[in-house]
Amino acid sequence: MKTLKDVKVGETCTVARLHGEGPVKRRIMDMGITKGVEIYVRKVAPLGDPMELTVRNYELSVRKADAEMIEVV
Amino acid sequence: MSIKIALAGNPNCGKTTLFNALTGSNQYVGNWPGVTVEKKEGKLKGEKDVIIQDLPGIYSLSPYTLEEVVARSYLVNEKPDAILNIIDGTNIERNLYLTTQLIELGIPVVMAVNMIDLVRKNGDKIDLKKLSAELGCQAVEISALKNEGSEKAAQMAEAAAKADKAVELPHVFTGSVEHAIAHIEESIQGKVDDRFLRWYAVKLFERDDKVQDELKLDKALLDHIDQHIKDCETEMDDDAESIITNQRYAYINNVVSKAVKKKARVEHLTVSDKIDQIVTNRVLALPIFALVMFLMYSLSMGTSIADGGWAIGTFATDWTNDVLFGEIVPNALGGFLESIGVAGWLNGLIMDGIVAGVGAVLGFVPQMLVLFFLLSILEDVGYMSRVAFIMDRIFRKFGLSGKSFIPVLVGTGCGVPGVMASRTIENERDRRMTIMTTCFIPCGAKMPIIGLIAGAMFGGSSLVAVSAYFIGMAAIICSGVILKKTKLFAGDPAPFVMELPAYHVPAWGNVFRATWERGWSFIKRAGSVILAATVVLWFLQGFGFENGAFGMVEDQDNSVLAAIATKVAWIFAPLGFGNWRATVASVSGLIAKENVVGTFGVLYHFGGELSENGDEIWAAVAQDYTALSAYAFMIFNLLCAPCFAAMGAIKREMNNGKWTAIAIGYMCALAYCSALVVYQLGGIISGEVGFNFFTIVAVVILVAFIYLLVRPNKYTGINEVKIDTKKITANK
Repeated sequence: MKTLKDVKVGETCTVARLHGEGPVKRRIMDMGITKGVEIYVRKVAPLGDPMELTVRNYELSVRKADAEMIEVV
Repeated sequence: MSIKIALAGNPNCGKTTLFNALTGSNQYVGNWPGVTVEKKEGKLKGEKDVIIQDLPGIYSLSPYTLEEVVARSYLVNEKPDAILNIIDGTNIERNLYLTTQLIELGIPVVMAVNMIDLVRKNGDKIDLKKLSAELGCQAVEISALKNEGSEKAAQMAEAAAKADKAVELPHVFTGSVEHAIAHIEESIQGKVDDRFLRWYAVKLFERDDKVQDELKLDKALLDHIDQHIKDCETEMDDDAESIITNQRYAYINNVVSKAVKKKARVEHLTVSDKIDQIVTNRVLALPIFALVMFLMYSLSMGTSIADGGWAIGTFATDWTNDVLFGEIVPNALGGFLESIGVAGWLNGLIMDGIVAGVGAVLGFVPQMLVLFFLLSILEDVGYMSRVAFIMDRIFRKFGLSGKSFIPVLVGTGCGVPGVMASRTIENERDRRMTIMTTCFIPCGAKMPIIGLIAGAMFGGSSLVAVSAYFIGMAAIICSGVILKKTKLFAGDPAPFVMELPAYHVPAWGNVFRATWERGWSFIKRAGSVILAATVVLWFLQGFGFENGAFGMVEDQDNSVLAAIATKVAWIFAPLGFGNWRATVASVSGLIAKENVVGTFGVLYHFGGELSENGDEIWAAVAQDYTALSAYAFMIFNLLCAPCFAAMGAIKREMNNGKWTAIAIGYMCALAYCSALVVYQLGGIISGEVGFNFFTIVAVVILVAFIYLLVRPNKYTGINEVKIDTKKITANK
């Protein structure tokens, strides 16, 4: 299973499914990361975590631990 | 009858700018009851009866974050007459997501599509007619920054409030979901206000526990509803909450494709993108961050410009303390009081109690204003969210936010603005944790204490000061690790799913207003505590029994405070400084930490003017202490309750008596335990202290401390903010 965490900087992927539950999942979805949406990985923070994404035309940062919940293709 | 209009929208959508434009100076700024979230309310300019209620910036009406719960309890329980929903036109999809939830509330909604100038500049077109037809509510274009259309938006909201028409809801949900929601609506009809039927039905479908608790449905009905939800979940192969979110976004995609025409653009980098490439660059980000922090510190808290530094803040604060409240006010007032011949005690009360107290409050203000001005700029241009982005990795380990770095840094200068700077942290739990720990770092006023101990006992070794910073840092880190595993801070640090807004030129009006509001709220909300405490302590220190009569004392040895200190000094005996002078000095440190040294001067009967580090009394102090007990005394004074001003700031920021007490109690407990362990165990090792009962206590404390540090966190995964929604709405 490929997750958002494995996507390299500069690559674009499409969300296949969201795992996990509760507040973090809800928050991720509230911010617009839903099934079928395209995500572009812009960069990773200087210390290696979190990562910065472009989704639905704006910039979002998520921790790698949370990115692992997002299955992508 | 006055009309209430609620202002709702995503963070960074220009809500504050619009609110300021609509209400001007007619604002009331406070907190939502019991929580650290700011509450703003104002009267619409030119209208007496229209009240604008600014809600916290939110992305959704989920039950998980404090801001969202505050906003939705207000909307459901206070039932404003209309909602003015601000939408960032450049980021319309995510902004409309909140709109689809707001319209379900059955309150008339007017959409104000903001930043329309930027939308046009990008070459995009938003068809307002289509947008408003699709969502079933009126829409208007505005540019809050350029003050275009703001008034029209307010008028439309006012008209919508007066018309109070039931809105025709768009069909956001489809197929079996709509079917299930309709079923739920049917089964709760009559139990809730008809206007809110859809809202409650959707929330019940999401299994929102806050709504489940509120409605108190009987178990049979809940089970019946749950069966519908489960059928839906099986069919769609997803959980109910996700189904709803997915369908909302699918619906929005459809609306946007009809109403918004995006200019096909060649991929190019915007100015904001270019700035971000440098500012959060893997190599440059940390040096740039260090430089920004250095500049911020140097300008506000660092060496005064009078002494060759850059700090305009320190300069103004020094002037307020040394000249305004050190010379001008005392001289003028003293001369006046003498000329009308007031009694000695009254003169003392006014000069040493009230003037000193007011000075203690106002002295911090200039420095604070400079600092908040700079912080407001950083916040407004969008750099603060990058700070969180850059520093998150380090700080989240200690249950703190990446932004916690700033309060701690500022705290090395003065804890008061440090505590106040925690306001920029968005998550309540992180904010509280930061407030509790910021004062551990040695502030400028604690330097004289360190100087006294280093000079009197350690031959002036600079290692003492280094160790003080080390202890402060360790206290912050250990507290973070320990506290985040307690029930108080149960759970992981907030889900760090954070928007990084585009950089933009600061809106100066917002910056100045935010600066002033913070300064003023310190004076108003913290000032009274500081003043009262200073006056009480002045009384205890200056009065007592002397020559058989109660009155003002010549010799502080006879003061009420000294009498009390003599009675309670035994408390500090296990820490190695169970003499009354140390107790009095520690208590006087509550007014301002540098007073500890001055009080020693008085108590050791040094007649002249004492230097800052008190080198004149080093010899006298050295007779009463060993190196170890003096060091324990220093640790205690560095970590225990901060000065009244900082406690006032803590109370202001916690906005909650219980949390203030917890914070200060925790500091005192940590200070006592640390000093005890150092003195007792250090004493055993050096042979200074024999084995006694407190040796066992020290060992127990140490073991417990290590256990608390390394024990597993049993609350991992629980993330819910526990708040009393009744409290928030009780404030009618």
